[in-house]
Amino acid sequence: MFSRILALIIKELEMLLQDRQSRTILIVPVFLQLALFPFAATLEVKNNTLAVYNEDSGRESIELMQRFSQAQAFTRLLALHNEAEVRRTIDNQRALLVLRFPPDFSRDVAAGRSPKVQAILDGRRSNSGQIALGYVQQIINDYTDERLESQQKTPPSALVTRYWFNPNLDYVWHILPCLVAIITSISTLIVTALSLAREREQGTLDQLLVSPLTPGMIMLGKIIPAILVAVVQATIILLGAIFVYRVPFVGSFVLLYSSMVFYSLALAGFGLLISSICATQQQAFLGIFSFLMPAILLSGYASPIDNMPAWLQYLDWANPFRHFIVIVKGLFLKDIGLGTMLHSLYPLLLIAIGTLGAANWLVRRRLG
Amino acid sequence: MNVHMSAPVSFRRLRALCRKETWQILRDPSSNIIAFALPVVMLFIFGYGINLDSTAVNLGLVLEDKSPEARRFADNLYGSPYLNVHTARSQAEIEQALTDGRVRGFVVVPVDFAQKVKRPNDTASLLVVADGSEPNTASFVQNYVSGAWNGWMQQRADERGEKLPARISVEPRFWFNPAAESRNYLIPGSITIIMTVIGALLTSLVVAREWERGTMEALLASPVTRTELLLSKLLPYYALGIVSLFLCVGVAALLMRVPFRGSLLMLWVIGSLFLASSLGLGLLLSTVLRNQFNAAQAALNAAFLPAIMLSGFLFEIHSMPAVIQAVTYLIPARYFVTAMQTLFQAGNVPPVLLHSGMFLVAAGSFFIGLTALKTRRRME
Repeated sequence: MFSRILALIIKELEMLLQDRQSRTILIVPVFLQLALFPFAATLEVKNNTLAVYNEDSGRESIELMQRFSQAQAFTRLLALHNEAEVRRTIDNQRALLVLRFPPDFSRDVAAGRSPKVQAILDGRRSNSGQIALGYVQQIINDYTDERLESQQKTPPSALVTRYWFNPNLDYVWHILPCLVAIITSISTLIVTALSLAREREQGTLDQLLVSPLTPGMIMLGKIIPAILVAVVQATIILLGAIFVYRVPFVGSFVLLYSSMVFYSLALAGFGLLISSICATQQQAFLGIFSFLMPAILLSGYASPIDNMPAWLQYLDWANPFRHFIVIVKGLFLKDIGLGTMLHSLYPLLLIAIGTLGAANWLVRRRLG
Repeated sequence: MNVHMSAPVSFRRLRALCRKETWQILRDPSSNIIAFALPVVMLFIFGYGINLDSTAVNLGLVLEDKSPEARRFADNLYGSPYLNVHTARSQAEIEQALTDGRVRGFVVVPVDFAQKVKRPNDTASLLVVADGSEPNTASFVQNYVSGAWNGWMQQRADERGEKLPARISVEPRFWFNPAAESRNYLIPGSITIIMTVIGALLTSLVVAREWERGTMEALLASPVTRTELLLSKLLPYYALGIVSLFLCVGVAALLMRVPFRGSLLMLWVIGSLFLASSLGLGLLLSTVLRNQFNAAQAALNAAFLPAIMLSGFLFEIHSMPAVIQAVTYLIPARYFVTAMQTLFQAGNVPPVLLHSGMFLVAAGSFFIGLTALKTRRRME
């Protein structure tokens, strides 16, 4: 039996690596994504344009403008001179944020009153706007604190903030563990779902079925190559993350690779389930896609799962990405042990059992 | 067969080819599901699932000091609508909760907090720890705790008849989106992702399928010209895409109440340009790879992932390094995201739409032109 499955696995791997085109498509995108996405996927605000409409001509507003121009978030400072320019700048997205200093701003600061600066933000990019606004507020606070310090007053209390697991809130540390899960998923799903659909479309599935192989063995012959491909691709991303991007890996590799097997099994389960209800490669592909799109977007990499409504959080429980991302991130940054990992591992196991069981049942029913 | 290459388009032949292609689309339930049912389901999932406006964050609190002053500060945390406060007995307990992800941050009020607050020349420090593995949430934790802390400082100063030192405040105004709701720009952005799927993914398979099944040879032996062949692949999928686009916009605007301030004519123009470029990309992959299995993978990698990561739908393009920004210029989804966000929220802003439209024309001509070129090579 094992030699039969082994023969199937070897055949499947030969199919996957048969020509240059197929090999290229399996490996090159991994490198491209590893090179592009960690830099792209950031909610930090950098290199943006800040526009200032300064109706004040005093020392204080000019001092603040100089401080803004030194911030990493704003590399360009745009001076505006009237309201029409403010409108045009926001409409045409020439700046993320316009600050407007009122005419008596400097006088108010000097007199110890509390002046207001107006910030006009582009609602089309309100999240970036809010983050940039946070930077602006911080710069203004630091400026005020320095002024107060020179007046010698001890504040009664102060907040000391520490960010654990990622002291500088580096986005790359968050995104790379997520990419391990996302990038490997595509090949795993394609290898399971599409290759079974291809066999069906080309008629080779019938040949397999009249052979002494059982449907379970045929499925194993798809699952194991998928896991192998996932492990190889994940290793590439891991090496890139650790050696190129210098994300610290503090956890255990044994735990990581064993959880990866569970993750691939859960994904392969979805892949086989999709292919068991599809007749053609096109249907299987669209099926993969219908699963992949919500699964990736609701995985917690794009926006926190805590922000979702409760019903969607329950539904998202069946999403393998969500659990695996917690594991990979935990192993990378938090050094979680087996105990903590189990909370995310047992859902993966249940998903795998559920999807593989359902796929097996559907395949048998179609045959019978 | 080169004789037919320069022949003009025969509308009779084109109509027949289009009819065959349309039948093929309509016969297959999967393309109908992807064009009409999936967009609506997706919009709802996106509309509710992707939310960058942090709702209540789980925060741990360790009160080592049980004095009235410390409790008053704690009451400010409990009172914050943005924080879900869980009191812990020890710091060790809450550290474990942070590692497990049950809380996203915690605050420690030290034993000598009240004493230090009272002493005039001393500053009582409060420790705020946030989970940096979720950077966006971590900064929200910091903001919310500091908001509650400011409230407490203000209360204390008011009661003692003191005036807090004058601070400069920043008053934000969000144009187009006064409540700064992220769904108002994420939903228009996710329509782009859905259109990418319909445009590039469906077409990536069509020509490859003809090659795989051997029907391409039959077509090539017929008097069909290159232009007719390409148009017969483009037009039916264009029709499918544009109907789906209007369906998405209808659902977003009418059911999900995302304000739509642009004109439907502009939506049609920009939508058609975007569809042309993504249909072109899909056909190009299909023509070059001639293999459904590989074309499917290539379409996911060349259209879907870039549309999510590099289009500006979620991640600000200006914040990316210059090299990556240069790459985003090659991704049609980028222009469609900008145009859709503008059409929905700001209305018809000519410079933005013109800029996006021009790049989409360039991208569309590039992909379709290249496909035409590759098709001729293959036919010769």
